[in-house]
Amino acid sequence: MMNGSDPVTLTVREASAGLERGDFSSTELCRAFLDRAALTEPKVRALLSLDPEDVLRQASESDARRKAGHALGPLDGVPVTLKDNIAVKDAPCTCASKILKGFVSPYDSFVARRLKNAGCVLLGRANMDEFAMGSSCENSAYQKTANPWGLDRVPGGSSGGSAAAVASGITCAALGSDTGGSIRQPASFCGVVGLKPTYGRVSRNGLVAFASSLDQIGPMTKSVYDAALLFDLIAGHDDGDTTSLPGDSGGCAADLAAFEEKGADLKGVRIGLPKEYFELDGISGEVRAVCEQAKETLRSLGAEFTEVSLPHTKYAMACYYIIATAEASSNLARFDGIRYGYRSAEAADINSVYFRSRGEGFGPEVKRRIMLGTYVLSSGYYDAYYLRAQKVRTLLRRDFEKAYESCDLIFTPVSPVTAFRFGEKADPLQMYLSDIFTIALNLSGDCGISIPAGIAAESGMPSGIQFMAPALQEKRLFRAARAFECARPQKEFRASL
Amino acid sequence: MDGKADGIDVAEVAKLARLELEPDRIPSLQKEMEAIVGYVNMLAELDTDQIEPTVHAVDRVNIIREDVPGEPCPRELMLRTAPATVDDELVRVPQVLPGEGMA
Repeated sequence: MMNGSDPVTLTVREASAGLERGDFSSTELCRAFLDRAALTEPKVRALLSLDPEDVLRQASESDARRKAGHALGPLDGVPVTLKDNIAVKDAPCTCASKILKGFVSPYDSFVARRLKNAGCVLLGRANMDEFAMGSSCENSAYQKTANPWGLDRVPGGSSGGSAAAVASGITCAALGSDTGGSIRQPASFCGVVGLKPTYGRVSRNGLVAFASSLDQIGPMTKSVYDAALLFDLIAGHDDGDTTSLPGDSGGCAADLAAFEEKGADLKGVRIGLPKEYFELDGISGEVRAVCEQAKETLRSLGAEFTEVSLPHTKYAMACYYIIATAEASSNLARFDGIRYGYRSAEAADINSVYFRSRGEGFGPEVKRRIMLGTYVLSSGYYDAYYLRAQKVRTLLRRDFEKAYESCDLIFTPVSPVTAFRFGEKADPLQMYLSDIFTIALNLSGDCGISIPAGIAAESGMPSGIQFMAPALQEKRLFRAARAFECARPQKEFRASL
Repeated sequence: MDGKADGIDVAEVAKLARLELEPDRIPSLQKEMEAIVGYVNMLAELDTDQIEPTVHAVDRVNIIREDVPGEPCPRELMLRTAPATVDDELVRVPQVLPGEGMA
C-alpha cells in the first residue's frame, strides 16, 4: 500500500520525496496514518479529535493538485498534527479545557494558514495540559495521553499529545507551543526532535495565549532536517502579531543540506557547559550518563567544550512562575462565559456567569495559576513580585549574553529525569521544578532544540539533550543537532508499540 | 525574606479572579499557594534597584500601520461561538442591572 515505506518512521522529508516521485499518493499516505491511529490511539490517546473524512478530503485535494501539475510545494500532501491550542478554521480548539468544550475556531491561525498554503494535510488535534499549563498532559480535562515508549508513563507536557502523535507514528510531524519547555520536554520524553524558536520568530496569531511574553510555536518532528523544513515554513513576519519579528528563517533546511554536503562536523564549534546546571541535585544518574555519552559524540565531531556560568540560575524558576502566572491570569480573563465557550447553566445574574462559568470550566492547575497570577498582580504586590521578576529576567538574560561571549552554543539536559509514571509527581511545586533546564530559555527569548540522544539505562525511556543558542541563531542549532543526529550511537528512535 | 508566605486570603484572591471555588478546596489551595509564594520569595535576596525590567524578550517599538480598511471576521461567524444569542445578532447575557428587567 505504501510501497514498502513504513509510516511510523516516515519523515516529512521522505514523505515529500515519495509524493514527488509518485511512490504513493497523499490519500494512501494519510490512509496509512489513519490505519495506524485506529490501532494505537486506543492505547496512546494522543489526539483529542480526529476527523478521518476531513483528512481524506484534504489528501484527495492535494492529490488532484499534484496530478494537475499544480502542487503547492514540496510539502503538498504531507500530514501535520496541531496542538489543540492552535486555531484551525472550522476545527475544534479546546485547549484541553472544559471551558472551551465544543468551541470551533472561526478563523485560521497564522501557522495553520502557512501549512495550508503549502498544501499540508492537517491531521487531528493533539492533547495537551489544559491551556498548556503542565509538564505531563495529566492536566487535560479530557484524557490522559500515554507515552508510546511505556504506556504507564506520561508523554511530558504540555505538548505531550503532539510528541506522542509523532512518536507513535500516526503523523509525519506536529506543531506544539513552548512557554517554559512545553515543546522540548515532551520531545525528550518521547524520543522526537523539538524546536523552541526565538521569541517573535513565529507568529502567535491564533495561538490561544498562556503567557504572552514567553509563548512560542515550534515544530516536533522525527528528524532535525524536518524541524528545519517546518520552521522555514512557519517562521516569518506577521502583521497580526505585534511581537512578530521582521524577516524570515533565512532558509534553515537549505543551510542544513549544504552543511551535510560539507561533512557535517563541528570543528571549531565552542559548546558551553553551564556549571550551575550540572551541579544541580536531582539529575538522575541515567540522564547524566546519556549526557556524558552525548558529549563524547560531540567531541568526536570536533566540538570544544568550555565551562560557562549562568549565576542567576537558581532564581529562574521563581522568576518564571511569577511572570507566567501573572500573564496567564490576565490572558485567561477573557474566558468569562459571555462571548464564547462554556457558560454555567446555574448562573442567574451577570456576576454569577463569570464566577460559576470560570469555576466550573477551569481545571485545578489552571485555577491555581490564575489565583497565583492574580495574587502577584494584586494591589500592593505588583512591585514585590511582577516588577521584581521582570528585573530578575533582565539579570538572567545578561547571564546568557555573557556566556555567549565564550561559546557558540550551550549544552544541557532537557529534563533532570526521563518520562515519569502517571501520578508520580502529585505536588505542584515538585512538578514545576522538573522544568528547570528549559524555562530560562523562554525568559531569555533565545532559541533551543531538544534532540533524542539515547535510551536511559534504568528506565529504558528515551532521553534528549538540549542545545541553546542566541536569538535568531536557529541555523547554528540545527547544524549542531544534525551533526549529532548523524553521529549518535543510537541511530533510530522507534517506540515499540 | 525567610521564604514564608503566611496569610494569603484565598477567598479574596478568588473574588478578584472571578473564580468560584468549592469551599472544601480553599484550605488545600491556601497551602499550595503559600508553598509556591514562599518559594518565589527567594527573589527578594537579589538587589534589583538599578536593574531595568525586561518587559519583552525582544526589543520592540510600537508599530504603526497604514489606516486601510481590512476584512474583519464576519459577525455571524464570531457570534456562532457565543453560548447564547438573540436573533443571531446579539450576545445574550443574564440581567446586568438590578430591578425589573426586560423579559
